[in-house]
Amino acid sequence: MKEGMNKSWKEIPEGGLIVEPHTSLNNKTGTWRSFRPKWDPEKCVHCMLCVFYCPDTAIPITKEDRPKRLDTNLDYCKGCGICANVCPTKAIEMIEEGDE
Amino acid sequence: MRKALTGAYAAAEAMRQINPDVVAAYPITPQTPIMERFAYFVNNGLSDTELIRVESEHSAMSAVVGASAAGVRAMTATSSVGLALMFEVVNAASGLRLPIVMNVVNRALSAPINIHGDHSDSMACRDAGWIQIYSENPQEVYEHTLLATKLSEDHDVLIPSMIMQDGFITSHSVEPVDVLNDEVVKQFVGEFRPKHSLLLDEKPLTIGALELYDYFFETKRQQEEAMNVAKQKYYHYADELSKLTGNKYPMAEKYLLDDAEIAIVALNSAASTTRVVVDRLRAEGKKVGLLKIRLFRPFPYEEVQDALKNVNFVGVLDRSFSFGADAPIFGEIKNALYDLDKKPKLQSYIFGLGGRELYEKDIELAFNQLLLGNVSKEKRYLNLRE
Repeated sequence: MKEGMNKSWKEIPEGGLIVEPHTSLNNKTGTWRSFRPKWDPEKCVHCMLCVFYCPDTAIPITKEDRPKRLDTNLDYCKGCGICANVCPTKAIEMIEEGDE
Repeated sequence: MRKALTGAYAAAEAMRQINPDVVAAYPITPQTPIMERFAYFVNNGLSDTELIRVESEHSAMSAVVGASAAGVRAMTATSSVGLALMFEVVNAASGLRLPIVMNVVNRALSAPINIHGDHSDSMACRDAGWIQIYSENPQEVYEHTLLATKLSEDHDVLIPSMIMQDGFITSHSVEPVDVLNDEVVKQFVGEFRPKHSLLLDEKPLTIGALELYDYFFETKRQQEEAMNVAKQKYYHYADELSKLTGNKYPMAEKYLLDDAEIAIVALNSAASTTRVVVDRLRAEGKKVGLLKIRLFRPFPYEEVQDALKNVNFVGVLDRSFSFGADAPIFGEIKNALYDLDKKPKLQSYIFGLGGRELYEKDIELAFNQLLLGNVSKEKRYLNLRE
């Protein structure tokens, strides 16, 4: 069982309601990934295509006028590979989890 | 005021007076005159309900689930295979703890295709987590709809309710119905106050999120607890309604049972027929009585046990099968009596499937078997060609 997921039936809202915002921060959704994106900052031109395409908003960016992407947040990346697919400079490679 | 109403019109009359914010319904067969009458009210300005006509019962229940989750009072009505088509969303309504109220006209499920009275539709939903109230006549349909609305909407309950009546026998038969004044009903049901609301709450809210092995079980455990609370609070609202109508609403209603040696258990319109036979046999000096089940979910095990504890033989009338097992009502009655040291002997009777008539002579036959102590472990069938 995941951390924070140990409340009794008397302690949770009825009907599976989620009454607080931001509960996704407690719920890491990247646990069942089988492929992981390996990002190469040398090849990356920070075009932001991967950032916009990522369905889980799992690629953080810097707060600048011309932002730069940072490494993928693996707590939320599900390993779908869309980022690698759209990358124009082939800066992202999908490698199998468990491999290096 | 006394009005001449069918069971279907009695349901529609209660809905008009409650004036829900949203009603969604499939307008064609197997829909009943409940929605025809209610649509008439809306069309003529006698109700300001938002009436949504949808393309199926699955959508009807989905629309009222959406409306209820948004934070308003929502109702629908259906029957037979319409209820069957709703089934997926019927469970969603209870799982999301939305206090939807639905009148159900009991009619047979296909196949063979049939349109007549039979309890296979609502009995198939008995484990769907809804309060189930069965009605003997149009008067009870009317009053049960008011009662169910109060009970479902209690913030410690929040369980949807279905109110049953027998197809055609009740739904299409005109009887005198004492109807409360509109203002009295309005006062009784009060303004709808959602506990949570998608659209009215200032705080953000998610309804219908995924729960896997982490919280699903806890959420279901809450539903069971809410059923216990519904049972505890039932008489609070039943007594409140009694003050307005003068009628009583016992979960299990005894008729000449206190000194009875023989009892028949029935619900819906079969209770009326049984009562006539009880009166006749009583006039002949036979100690027979009737137990009518009003509340089927949550089931009143304690009341049933108490009502039948001194009876020697009990016949249970079921208008549906649970194929390969005890019929739905019979099984519950047997459960209720298990803890007694001196248990009455039981006989299961199946009757009336697909609208087959239940005559007084059929019930007399059952009573005569019970009076002779002639019971068996096998199901028996009333008015079936053997």
